[in-house]
Amino acid sequence: MPAAAIQLANASAAYDGRPVLQGIDLTVQPGERVALMGRSGVGKSTLIGLIHAQAPERVALVPQAAALVRTLSVFHNVYMGRLDRNRTAHNLRNLVWPARADLDAVAAVLARVGLSDKLREKAGALSGGQQQRVSVARALYNGRPILLADEPVSALDRVQGGLVLAELARTHETLVMALHDVPLALAHASRIVMIAEGRIVLDAPAARLDAARLRGYYADAESLA
Amino acid sequence: MRSRGLTPAAGYAAVSRWIAALGLAALLAADLHVTSLHPWADLQRLLGGLVRPDFLAVEAASILYTVAFAVLGVGLGAGAGFLLAIPFARFRSVRIACALLRAVHELFWALLLMQVFGLSATTGILAIALPYAGICAKVYAEIIEEADLAALRALPAGTGTVSAFAYARLPEVAGAIRAYTFYRLECGLRSTLVLGFIGLPTMGFYLESAFRQGRYGEAGAWLLAFYALIGTRRLWVRGWTLPLLAAGSVLVLPATVGAVEIGASLARFLGHDIVPAPLRGAALLAPESWPATGAALWAWFRPILTGQILPGAVQTLVLAQIALVATAVGALLLFPLTSRRFTGPLGRPLGRVLLVTLRSTPEYMLAYVALQLLGPSMLPAILALSIHNAGIIGYLLGRHADGLSYRPDAPRGLNLYAYETVPRLYGQFLAYLLYRWEIILRESAIFGILGVATLGFYVDAAIAELRLDVAAVLILATALLAIAVDALSRALRRSLRIADLPVRLAGPHARPAPEPLTA
Repeated sequence: MPAAAIQLANASAAYDGRPVLQGIDLTVQPGERVALMGRSGVGKSTLIGLIHAQAPERVALVPQAAALVRTLSVFHNVYMGRLDRNRTAHNLRNLVWPARADLDAVAAVLARVGLSDKLREKAGALSGGQQQRVSVARALYNGRPILLADEPVSALDRVQGGLVLAELARTHETLVMALHDVPLALAHASRIVMIAEGRIVLDAPAARLDAARLRGYYADAESLA
Repeated sequence: MRSRGLTPAAGYAAVSRWIAALGLAALLAADLHVTSLHPWADLQRLLGGLVRPDFLAVEAASILYTVAFAVLGVGLGAGAGFLLAIPFARFRSVRIACALLRAVHELFWALLLMQVFGLSATTGILAIALPYAGICAKVYAEIIEEADLAALRALPAGTGTVSAFAYARLPEVAGAIRAYTFYRLECGLRSTLVLGFIGLPTMGFYLESAFRQGRYGEAGAWLLAFYALIGTRRLWVRGWTLPLLAAGSVLVLPATVGAVEIGASLARFLGHDIVPAPLRGAALLAPESWPATGAALWAWFRPILTGQILPGAVQTLVLAQIALVATAVGALLLFPLTSRRFTGPLGRPLGRVLLVTLRSTPEYMLAYVALQLLGPSMLPAILALSIHNAGIIGYLLGRHADGLSYRPDAPRGLNLYAYETVPRLYGQFLAYLLYRWEIILRESAIFGILGVATLGFYVDAAIAELRLDVAAVLILATALLAIAVDALSRALRRSLRIADLPVRLAGPHARPAPEPLTA
């Protein structure tokens, strides 16, 4: 059996002394596609932060909120995904006068998320959904084996979101994504991890779950509130 | 008063009352006599000069010198400030050095530098560059600190420091840094004017001599030329003109007046002139002589402390406090002039021109003019400080007032002013006022050179007597006073939760979310 892609054992996290996550045991094997689910505020983003801290050098990150540099072009924002694999002099030169080869490579990635016409536009001038796709393109261009994404398609409609998730699965070996859309999660994940009150309350293959069961976790919480 | 849990509104009232009460107390202690015989006749002649300016007397060369000093001084200061801004947050020593650099006024720097570099371009440029490096380092560091760093987290692990800075940090802050630097250039132009008053060949030099000799037509022409220079700043200071401005500035710099051997005079200045007199030639390495040297040092320092530093500091604080209250009143009265709701679309441009003129007029020059009209007392300095600073704060408040959204059935006129506008602007107003406090204090010290007995008066006297060691101690005391007031102002702003930097010219940035503390 190959080494696990991610291994968290009894991990916990706290904000200002207030515990957010406790006793998290999570092992992800290479090739798995994991959807992290749960109500907002249960600690999904914190868990993503913990996973990122585990193996930053093997991770391509799609953070929550697109996290783009608004004053730079779409090309530069996507190119940032590979800053670590180019020499500093080349990076600085690309900031002023982008190299043809890099422009072509980034344009190819942008085509996969349907943004090939936006290469030279300012990132800040794009709509929310477009910015989110630029953020995804940056992770695709990064190309590291573990894709770690925090609500990567929350600003897209279900059809578009499905296409983007399929693209992510095509390039990256292992996927760990926080998702809130139940049908999308069932369609694109091989394993569902449900979090509630700082703990993992469900961890099962997607094939053995259905939409009604997953919705139950959201409905329960609402009736408790 | 409760020490914690003060609501900002209660805090606003308390702080305002304290400032006003201290201002009134200072007013009782201040010398405000009008000693001039014919102030109105002089004012009439002055205004006559502005109406009939003698433009033929304006020498183009001195305008070029003015621009050259400002461009090179601010350029050098901003460049050094940017380099200092990077370690600013991490090293306390850098922060202290920057605080000292900016706590000493340009004019004091010039007086010190003149002892080494003579009446030369180097003196003029460094006198601007040194304090501006301290100011720019602080402001750039705050801009870099507050920038949105979300993109930095998304960079792949292992990205080099330079690449990360160039891609994820610099583009976020470049706009704000550029806007602030251009604004500083305008301040630099005003500073060069002050340098002219001590003999450097800027426009201030000619302005001062025209005033002194009563040639008001010439003085008016110089003044209008200066307003034109400041008013057109946005036309000639642009990204692409900067290299041309810098290169041109180097070419037109004036020659040094008289010959100066810099190496020798620097060694004499640092090794002898500013060393306290009892320490010169003392055997500092022999422990048995320390008690005697210490006693001599105290005997030297005590009269400076009791006869100059303490009375000078009291007068400086008195002047600054009155000017602060007058600035506050002036700003609250003036800001409606630039606000659409109060002046309408026709009056507002006029109000704006008035306030921009007020803030473009260097306070030192206002004080000089008022001194000619009213005679020597604190009054000219108070007028100058409050007119200049009320213009600055009023202009900024007016811009904020236009940004407020009122309900459709909002009242009008004075009711709107008292019930809607002022209450909503008050936090911002206090932030601006507290921020200008330190600047007003530094200027108050400087006005001693005009004859008010603030710290600058003693500095000027010490330099005139060539007692540079005394001057250095006095300047250090002034700097420490400014740093103390700055710290108090910052503490007040923080406790009122109005700690944001008011000179920020760029748009608001979203604050990054706190990083999770992993246990």
